[in-house]
Amino acid sequence: MSTTTPVGTAPRPGAVVPTSRRERRARQMNRGNPLWGLLAWVVGLLFVAPVLWMVLTSLHSETDAATNPPSIAAALTLDGYRSFFDAGPWPPLINSLSASVVSTALVLVLAVPAAYALSIKPVRKWTDVMFFFLSTKFMPVVAAVLPLYLFARYTGLLDNITYLTLLYTSMNLPIAVWMMRSFLAEVPVEMLEAAAIDGAGLIRTLRSVVAPVALPGIAATALICFIFSWNELLLARTLTAVVAGTSPVFLTGFVTSQGLFLAQLCAAATVISLPVLVAGFAAQDKLVQGLSLGAVK
Amino acid sequence: MLGRHTRRAALATAMSGALLVAGCSGAGGGNGGGGGGGDDEGGDRSINVIMVNNPQMVDLQGLTEENFTAETGITVNFTVLPENDVRDRITQEFTSQAGQYDVASISNYEVPFYSENGWLAPLDDYIADDAEFDQDDILEPIAAGLTGEDGSVYAEPFYGESSFLMYRKDVFEQAGLTVPNNPTWQEVADLAARVDNVQPGMRGICLRGQPGWGQVFAPLTTVVNTFGGTWFEEDWTAKVDAPEFTEATQFYVDLVRAHGEAGAPQAGFTECLNNMTQSQVAMWYDATSAAGSLEAAGSPVAGKIGYAQAPVNRTDASGWLYSWAWGVQEASQNKDDAWEFISWASSQGYEELVGAELGWPRVPAGKRTSTYANPDYQAQAGPFYQATQEAINAADPNDPGVQPRPAPGIQFVAIPEFAAMATEVSQYVSSAIAGQTTVADALGRGQQVAEQQVTQVYQQ
Amino acid sequence: MSTGTDTPITPSGSAASPPAPSQATSARRAADWARRAPLMPALVFLIICTQLPFVATIVISFMNWNSLRPRDRGFAGVDNYVEVFTNASLRSSVWNTIVLTVTVVVVSLVLGLLIALLLDRRFAGRGAVRTMMIAPFLVVPIAAALLWKHALFNPSYGLFNGVLTWIWQLFGSDSPPQPEWLTAAPKIAIEAALIWQWTPFMMLILLAGLQSKPADAEEAARMDGANAWQVFRYLTFPHLRQYLELGALLGSIYIVQNFDAVFTITSGSLGTANLPYTIYQTFFQAGNYGLASAMGVVVVIATIIIATFALRVVSSMFKEENAR
Repeated sequence: MSTTTPVGTAPRPGAVVPTSRRERRARQMNRGNPLWGLLAWVVGLLFVAPVLWMVLTSLHSETDAATNPPSIAAALTLDGYRSFFDAGPWPPLINSLSASVVSTALVLVLAVPAAYALSIKPVRKWTDVMFFFLSTKFMPVVAAVLPLYLFARYTGLLDNITYLTLLYTSMNLPIAVWMMRSFLAEVPVEMLEAAAIDGAGLIRTLRSVVAPVALPGIAATALICFIFSWNELLLARTLTAVVAGTSPVFLTGFVTSQGLFLAQLCAAATVISLPVLVAGFAAQDKLVQGLSLGAVK
Repeated sequence: MLGRHTRRAALATAMSGALLVAGCSGAGGGNGGGGGGGDDEGGDRSINVIMVNNPQMVDLQGLTEENFTAETGITVNFTVLPENDVRDRITQEFTSQAGQYDVASISNYEVPFYSENGWLAPLDDYIADDAEFDQDDILEPIAAGLTGEDGSVYAEPFYGESSFLMYRKDVFEQAGLTVPNNPTWQEVADLAARVDNVQPGMRGICLRGQPGWGQVFAPLTTVVNTFGGTWFEEDWTAKVDAPEFTEATQFYVDLVRAHGEAGAPQAGFTECLNNMTQSQVAMWYDATSAAGSLEAAGSPVAGKIGYAQAPVNRTDASGWLYSWAWGVQEASQNKDDAWEFISWASSQGYEELVGAELGWPRVPAGKRTSTYANPDYQAQAGPFYQATQEAINAADPNDPGVQPRPAPGIQFVAIPEFAAMATEVSQYVSSAIAGQTTVADALGRGQQVAEQQVTQVYQQ
Repeated sequence: MSTGTDTPITPSGSAASPPAPSQATSARRAADWARRAPLMPALVFLIICTQLPFVATIVISFMNWNSLRPRDRGFAGVDNYVEVFTNASLRSSVWNTIVLTVTVVVVSLVLGLLIALLLDRRFAGRGAVRTMMIAPFLVVPIAAALLWKHALFNPSYGLFNGVLTWIWQLFGSDSPPQPEWLTAAPKIAIEAALIWQWTPFMMLILLAGLQSKPADAEEAARMDGANAWQVFRYLTFPHLRQYLELGALLGSIYIVQNFDAVFTITSGSLGTANLPYTIYQTFFQAGNYGLASAMGVVVVIATIIIATFALRVVSSMFKEENAR
């Protein structure tokens, strides 16, 4: 595609002089045809437009939000956010946060040792174990929701954020094990052997040899687990009521029947998406690694 | 993977067995809700209420803290959801007696079989002990629908409604047309055609098209009734693809496709209310309770609406009868506090509070005789209160059509299977409104569903 | 990379070891357990949380259990399964699930590939464009579904019709077309919302694939006079193949199970109900626990059949990784 353009364009002012092979290649592709860049911008803007529209609408008054054609330049107001925060979103937001953070921590506690036993000192038939983990993700959640509901109903666990947290842990554990295994597989075996010669125990080996190499992987795993827990709707909707409802459940009840609600809705959607947007933007590369179960680095 | 599953089957069978045993013995007992309100945290009293997000309920939510909690010390935690959602949640909650919610907004559809299954707490003792609560003031047809087979009262109405035709007086005047007080459906269809787009962007009529037994099938079943159709004959023979049912549905679908609102297959009560308020339709056939929102202070169409009785074809009246009411879950552990809340929300006092704070048109009416005798209400709800009262009194849940029915209900059949069955059929009808399928095809499939899910069960 | 994963050090065939337990075998056994120990908590936890409920689902699927008729509970034999296979609305939801999954996965992959190729080039503000591109994936799914339904598709004040009005006004026309998107094309509407969310995901995976591509071969090919299409067809595409497979696999896992979009945008109406939605409805609206469980079991079995194929894809990635 880029063969038609001349080779060897000088790096843009301010650009770091590329040294690696990858960057060299990237520089080769930087020849020119500005139309491709333009097209990329257009596509990018098209994809981000609904998100921008959501944010813009959230800053309009209800009347301006519901005009046709759209009032792009209408006066900005925080009324939408005011009505959102008046509706008492803090308990659900805190529930979401605690379920996501705690389940992510639990996942890591369980997944890191498991990944160790699947990569660094692998058990026999470790591939079977890996497939078993992945296979649990093939089961539609909806097929397990009734027993989970009935179990909770008869053990008093309905509307209990701890129960939801545990379920989120099991929901994310397979992905986390896959990801962590692929990261731990990168731990150089010589270092392990060196540690063994030093007479280091399992814990010390983990801490001093494995952890430094695996930390980026842990960060990626944590990010993914956090996002999936934060986004989950079906279980939360079925298993919670008054106390333990999470943000997505709160959002479903936010479409009111009194007049216009678009600005409020967009404000709510923006606030609830914000943690994920921020985390995702901050760690784009980790996102890729995470989503590909660690297969893409 | 299958192997793994089967290998563990023995263990899990044991577990599930235990689950089921617990299920048999546990019905009605035990508070499943971890946060089931009530007596936690230093004697604070609180109850959990789940209700539909209709405007009257949203008003109630806004008034509760200052006027109920401040008086009684009982905190009320509301879960407010759109109608289809709330029904699923309430069904799930009550059938499993999970005890998470003390009070739910139910209706004369649920009361007969909820009470029979022991899911609702009888309220007779509370009524007897509460001198302030005037049970005799409740309108007779409404009270009857909330009484169980055993004669106990199982729910108290929040508001009652029939259905009628609302129209824009100004638009019709401008067009030189009049809407008769007791119109026929043919007249309404003709009027819809003539006012369609006389103002730019204003369609002729709003009729619900959103799937859901309580959505499209509320108005549509009343049309079926007055066209001589029925869901079931007295011996439960399904008549969904009978000529009368088909004719009525075809009429409804044609009307809404030709002169109905934009986005009709997704439009329910809420969307139609918005359409009417925003001057996007000239007429609307729906619940009488909508009038309160249309005439409320701040509504752009207040004072511009005329009201006529539900359009008919072969019957004399065709309005439905429905009441959103408060039921107390049998598994609730806060029944006393629940009654305090209900007796406040369903009282005359609450109506007066709404009248004073939000204006009389917004009062949740249609349940008490005294409301209609109240001069304040008469003065401010003047445009619609008589039409409402007339419609409620004309409705007969036991004989709504031209043939005897196997179970009560005008716009529904009060059996547990109806909700899922009619919702499935409503999806086909909604597709017909969208033009994806024909009415004959939709009802042909509907007939199968009705036979499979109801006739086969009840004719056994 | 040599991590010891390719040849497990554990001696195999301990099952066939001599019956008399020697010191050696018991030591080996202890070593085995030491290896397994870190794995056990995760494994046990996962089995309890995912396998036990499923077995309960299997048991319930053989019961006549309708929560709305609590007195008729009993053993139903295979009645529920017969119903599953004869029920027309279930059949159509199976079909819907297949169509929805295939459409969304394929379109997102193709779009994702094209955009990844664009973003693999250098241009001013590439980082900004990449950030913009991934934004849709980071919107909470239920928020995205509500956004599309109310703020974009709404026929009277949605952005799409608003933009049409605006364009038509530019040309002086007062009567712009105002299609009712959700009514006219409900399935495409749901698919569009999902494609919007999943294209960035596919793009990210494929972009990572493109950037891990060795440049030498490409340069050599260019010098040999290969044109852009040939380079793509014979070098880039084969390299991307496993990334495409990975994207397809992961996308399928999540989209087969999609509940949020169908639930929110159409509530399963206008022929859009997919399997998760239908099962949900049978559970919580019809209260037919037995039938819904039977549906769930059938879905799981079907998914396992499909997954066996998909897992082979993953296992090929495994082998490559081990061979590295």
